[in-house]
Amino acid sequence: MHDLSIAALAAGLREKRFSSRELTAHFFERIERLDPALNSCITIDHDAALVVADAADRRLAAGDGGPLTGIPILHKDILLTKGLRTSCGSRMLDNFVPPFDATVVERLAAAGTVMLGKANMDEFAMGSSNETSYYGPVRNPWETTRVPGGSSGGSAAAVAARLCTAATGTDTGGSIRQPAALCGITGIKPTYGRCSRYGMIAFASSLDQAGVLARSAADAALLLQAMAGFDARDSTSAEAPVPDYAATLEDDIAGLRIGLPKEYFGEGLDTGVETSVRAALAELEKQGATLVDISLPNAPLSVPVYYVVAPAECSSNLARFDGVRYGHRCEAPADLADLYKRSRAEGFGPEVKRRIMIGTYALSAGYYDAYYLKAQQLRQLIAGDFRRAFQDVDVIMGPTTPTTAFALGAKTDDPVAMYLNDIYTIATNLAGLPGLSVPVAAVNGLPVGLQMIGDYFAEGRLLNVAHQLQQATDWHWALPPEFG
Amino acid sequence: MIRRANAMDLDSTDVAKIAHLAQLQVADTDLDAYAADLSNILHLVEQMNAVDTAGVEPMAHPLHMAQRLRADAVTETDQREAFQSVAPATEDGLYLVPKVIE
Repeated sequence: MHDLSIAALAAGLREKRFSSRELTAHFFERIERLDPALNSCITIDHDAALVVADAADRRLAAGDGGPLTGIPILHKDILLTKGLRTSCGSRMLDNFVPPFDATVVERLAAAGTVMLGKANMDEFAMGSSNETSYYGPVRNPWETTRVPGGSSGGSAAAVAARLCTAATGTDTGGSIRQPAALCGITGIKPTYGRCSRYGMIAFASSLDQAGVLARSAADAALLLQAMAGFDARDSTSAEAPVPDYAATLEDDIAGLRIGLPKEYFGEGLDTGVETSVRAALAELEKQGATLVDISLPNAPLSVPVYYVVAPAECSSNLARFDGVRYGHRCEAPADLADLYKRSRAEGFGPEVKRRIMIGTYALSAGYYDAYYLKAQQLRQLIAGDFRRAFQDVDVIMGPTTPTTAFALGAKTDDPVAMYLNDIYTIATNLAGLPGLSVPVAAVNGLPVGLQMIGDYFAEGRLLNVAHQLQQATDWHWALPPEFG
Repeated sequence: MIRRANAMDLDSTDVAKIAHLAQLQVADTDLDAYAADLSNILHLVEQMNAVDTAGVEPMAHPLHMAQRLRADAVTETDQREAFQSVAPATEDGLYLVPKVIE
């Protein structure tokens, strides 16, 4: 059952070949047996999931189930789940049981999904390897000595190892696409504002966006359909209507113009990764797409710009963790300053502290213009590069990451080397554009991701193109050998 | 203003000041390591100076949108008990902190 598409599982449920309770129990059995080697889940909600599965079975029996009724998923532990501990991968929130649900959690529940539990992640979504989690690193199912990517590393590893059908993730600088690439699955980060940020623990509010990690574009389309749309509780939620993503999956891509930015195929790109990406592009050409060389001249500056914008917003957002209203509180504080400083020092790990301090510094008196204002101006230039490019092409493509998954521990002592993993994904967040990663041919048994970047609100087009590629190829159904 | 010894490097004194502004306790023995890490990050960030941005309008947000306003009506119910149930220390509906005024 774990290797059937969501559509096939939904058909099986409708036709009573198996129940949601059996399907849910099947995934719990896999989690119990296989997750000790991966550490992809922080919290499992066995009893509640079976209650929801039984309710789904009753709806299915009454004939009123939808495409996601009874389908088991995981949520990234950054999304608030009412009554179920939401840690954000941090000691700070190790004891935090939210009093309400995030909008995307609420919508996926309303669509009938069964939440198995909460997926591991880098602490407060700050990381590209899932090694900053308070709950320990996640391992890549393709080779367990390697990282799964981050920050949605638990979601990616769990989907790749078939411990769930799909999972939610969030993407601030690549945190859905990069782990999707390193784990050989499909991940979509929608346009900024497409999915509500309500109840999603804030890291960098002008960049954060929730999305989906799934085995295929068709599966991802089903979840995104349920999650997307306006929410009055998020002040930056987009009011644009949500199209029917499934309806355009089968559209012919003949005539599609694909832009290849020369900045994404240059120095630093692993030759094996490049060969795999170009083979996938050739497949799209066979289907009638045209490849066009383009340039995004300011894109190489996206990592420096991001490491001002994201820490600045993080230092402000994480000021709320003060040991007073929720989260970790130090023992026996001497006074208020000691309460704040010690609660935060004990609650946050080193990477979160580094980013808070960089942001605090960049925003401090005398440095605002040199750092934050400068970064915002460059952000405008980076977004402008994309605007110009989309006058000529429909979709922009390139590698999702410069290399395949690296070894655990290889970059933990060098924050800057870690940051450069997101060199191809960050510009998309700065511009607010949607991006998707699909698995293409592996290199030495390790997955490679092809990144597709679309114009604003063109998620339907990205899912369509990815689906067409996946109709002609079967890279996305490859299973990690030890997790079949 | 945080003083810097030279263009891009922070020293342990700078880090101590930043940590104070950020309300983070950092052990004296960790200051040098943070100074090195933060300096490396600032070296990366200062690549921004390669591009002249004079006259470029800063972009604070990806979507050109105005702040939405809602009708001035009560939409939230009182959930004090639920919200305070996750607080480390409360009493009579109030959050407890160490004594601030002697």
